[in-house]
Amino acid sequence: MTAHDTVPSRRPAREDPAHADGAERPPRRTRRRQTVGGALVSLLAELLIIAGAGTGLYVAWTAWWTDVVAVHEQTKLVDDLGQQVAPKVEGAEHRGEAPVLAEPPAVTDVFGTMQIPRFGADYVRPIGEGTDRERVLNTIGLGHYQDTAMPGAEGNFAVAGHRVTYGKPLNQIAELKDGDSVVVRVTDKAKDFDVWYVYKVTDSQIVTPDKIETIAPVPNQPGVEPTADDRWLTLTACHPMWSAKERFVTHAKLDYWMPVSEGTPKELSETPK
Amino acid sequence: MIFPFVWRILPGPVPLKVLELLVLLAVIVYALFTWVFPWVAADILPPPDGTVDAPAPQ
Repeated sequence: MTAHDTVPSRRPAREDPAHADGAERPPRRTRRRQTVGGALVSLLAELLIIAGAGTGLYVAWTAWWTDVVAVHEQTKLVDDLGQQVAPKVEGAEHRGEAPVLAEPPAVTDVFGTMQIPRFGADYVRPIGEGTDRERVLNTIGLGHYQDTAMPGAEGNFAVAGHRVTYGKPLNQIAELKDGDSVVVRVTDKAKDFDVWYVYKVTDSQIVTPDKIETIAPVPNQPGVEPTADDRWLTLTACHPMWSAKERFVTHAKLDYWMPVSEGTPKELSETPK
Repeated sequence: MIFPFVWRILPGPVPLKVLELLVLLAVIVYALFTWVFPWVAADILPPPDGTVDAPAPQ
């Protein structure tokens, strides 16, 4: 009975505040509903913001940070090679048979440097053995295709390099003009070997990545035996920039060689026109 | 959801929270640059390497 009495007596008490708060309660409820539904929306929005920031950071890392790291590393590798400053005289240009260093046995062995006046007077990059992406191209920069000729030898001294990212050693390959110099210096202190090789650009071509004949001993003539006149250098980089679709290939021919003790090639002090 | 939660669990007054947030972001960026992005570049999105006859460069 008491329960029966209390129930009706409470009802009005309940209804009264309900009625009085009637104007406030519905907004509270709808706000809660928005929070439940909106939670997913705001979660999605936040995930999209995080994904966007992550993607942006990845682009910054590829286009900028890999260069910072690789250029630092490549500068150090050039220093480690211990190349002495060459005499500041124009040495004699030798055109006969050239001294040739034996191909380094191990991938990642750094055996020389490349200078390309067209890329700037301060352009000096190490050349490493092999074209392994992680160990050579991403770190050392320029990679010598294994089993192709060494600088100065009959055949084709073929070198690959990134055109973008990781120090981008061949970033400006498309700027090379016929007749431009590519100067290679091969140094092996243990063997007392230090020689300049000056190559002149002969032609450039854009090919699909399967065109291995571009690095044949006589470029684009696979199977042909190189003669004393066939002392080539080939640079390969990706094309177009940021794409793996094609390759930009530049050929150059040995003009002359010079022991470093005799002087410095005049090409290194000239500004290409 | 995520951002307010992070803000809530950071201890201390607002200026300290801001500082903690900057440190947290720096740690995240460092981890991304050092481990995550090199892994992505090597295994998921290899950039073109410029060799001819490379074993399937991308």
